[in-house]
Amino acid sequence: MDKVYQAENALELRDAMKRFKKKRNEYSTALKSVSITVKRGEVVGILGPNGSGKSTLVRVISTLIIPDGGDVRVFDIDAVRHPKEVQRHINRVSVEASFFKKMSSMENLIYGAKLYGVTDRESKPKIREILGSIGFDLNRVNEPMEHLSRGMQQKIALARALLTSPMLMLLDEPTTGLDPRSKKDVQALIRGIRHTHDASILLCTHDMDEAEELCDRIGIMLDGDIIALDTPHALKQRYQQDGQAPNLEEVFMAATGASMEDIEAKKLEEEEKKAGVK
Amino acid sequence: MPHLGKPHWLRELIAVWGFAQRNYYLTKRYFWWDLVWLVYTTANALSIGFIGVAAQQSAETTSQFTTFLLIGTLIWSYLSMLFDILSETVSWERWEGTIEYTFMSPASRATHLIGTSIYAVIYGIVRMIIMLVTISLFFDLRLSDANYGAAFVVLAVCSVSLVGFGMVAAVMPLLSPEKGQQVTFIFGSALLLVSGIYYPIDVLPGWMQALAKVSPVYYALDGIRAALMEGAALGSLWRYIWPLIIMGAIFPPLGIWIFQQGEQFAKRTGRLKRSG
Ligand SMILES: Nc1ncnc2c1ncn2[C@@H]1O[C@H](COP(=O)(O)OP(=O)(O)O)[C@@H](O)[C@H]1O
Ligand SMILES: [Mg+2]
Repeated sequence: MDKVYQAENALELRDAMKRFKKKRNEYSTALKSVSITVKRGEVVGILGPNGSGKSTLVRVISTLIIPDGGDVRVFDIDAVRHPKEVQRHINRVSVEASFFKKMSSMENLIYGAKLYGVTDRESKPKIREILGSIGFDLNRVNEPMEHLSRGMQQKIALARALLTSPMLMLLDEPTTGLDPRSKKDVQALIRGIRHTHDASILLCTHDMDEAEELCDRIGIMLDGDIIALDTPHALKQRYQQDGQAPNLEEVFMAATGASMEDIEAKKLEEEEKKAGVK
Repeated sequence: MPHLGKPHWLRELIAVWGFAQRNYYLTKRYFWWDLVWLVYTTANALSIGFIGVAAQQSAETTSQFTTFLLIGTLIWSYLSMLFDILSETVSWERWEGTIEYTFMSPASRATHLIGTSIYAVIYGIVRMIIMLVTISLFFDLRLSDANYGAAFVVLAVCSVSLVGFGMVAAVMPLLSPEKGQQVTFIFGSALLLVSGIYYPIDVLPGWMQALAKVSPVYYALDGIRAALMEGAALGSLWRYIWPLIIMGAIFPPLGIWIFQQGEQFAKRTGRLKRSG
């Protein structure tokens, strides 16, 4: 317990590797050799196209995937050796809200909290408070989740994570696919988390503006590697041309040699080609 | 952060309650489906009862045969329910899309499976009582000498083994998301075939009889039939109870252990879930 509060870094990854077997003797490498540190209270963004390994990274930290090699430490606890200890201090929000569809938001939330040892009596007032603060109509807490909009479901997913008071939040494309209005709301909520909850955050996204606006440091991820990692300001300086400060999109282009859209389009094309060959 | 200060056992206990309560919520939300399923199972039991009535001539043997069949139907509907709920632990959550959130929570796998079992037992008993009442309205059952207490003890001991069986079966979808549930299904139908639910196992080929001897359902049925139809005392049921106690002591810990191995395998190979 004390160890956790004394740890200097929320997250420390050294040379984390993961590959998945596709067929016999055929592997896809999701993480080549990833090293990254998130200091306490820091928000670090991972910016990368589809398939670059962001979700695998988040799953390795959430103890859902065991890495093939490397070191994963969360508050100085080895996540591979002591997953149970790590699990108490982290929570995660992913692209899909992932709830029991027919259960209500209240039911989903008190269930989610109980898995972390939080009783009804402790969670219910907190649920009302959090839902109130995200503008959720409390008259709807007993409606099935599936009746709620995607944006609302995503906010409730954030509420579920907050209920367990995580010290490290893993956000895996929390705003992807949301309408602009919900996107803004969710981003505001994330911004609020660092002020009110004293949490460190790892935020994966493929939205440049989101990364720039919310993160202290940004890592650019491509094909299972983090190829650059720094503050937005330093990244822009590093890749400036003719004394002109580039925007983050230009930084991404300079670092990877192509725009996010081009990389994704190319990848899609390759996959279609492969599928066509079969 | 009040939950972080709680002792470990208390957090696990709260989580056990969480799993049981979640399954209650699901039953509530899928109530009409559960009701339809109960009606179907009850109709099925009744039709089997009528087979008994049709097959025999004298009133005495009819009542005996019908009682034999209906005890089998009822006990199987309860035990297979336990098996199904446990063995669907993984596939259900995969379908809902919640599996990663369950597996990244600090609740232990034992807690997860025990919470699920507690709910399954309560749910199964409620269903069985409803079915029993319905059935007894239709048939003249031979239960005048019944020793309900002894039957209950046999059923309770058997429930523990079935829960363990279900846990072992639940691991299949972790090993193979595509084929796992099918294997589970085969497992369940093998239990149905060899355990002597609608017939004494002596009518089976020898190798099937051998399989019956490792099925907890077989001991439960024979023991419960002896208790209900002949009023056998608990002491004389010992030969059914001790194999059940042994299986009950082996299967659940084995089930949890196998499940944990399956979980490690799924986490190494990325089979828990893959999307996003
Ligand atoms: N569970 C898995 N099984 C097999 N391959 C996987 C699995 N998860 C990810 N991959 C592969 O690893 C690579 C990285 O995927 P992912 O981590 O999901 O990237 P991102 O989240 O950045 O889109 C992709 O090529 C993907 O096909
Ligand atoms: Mg992803």
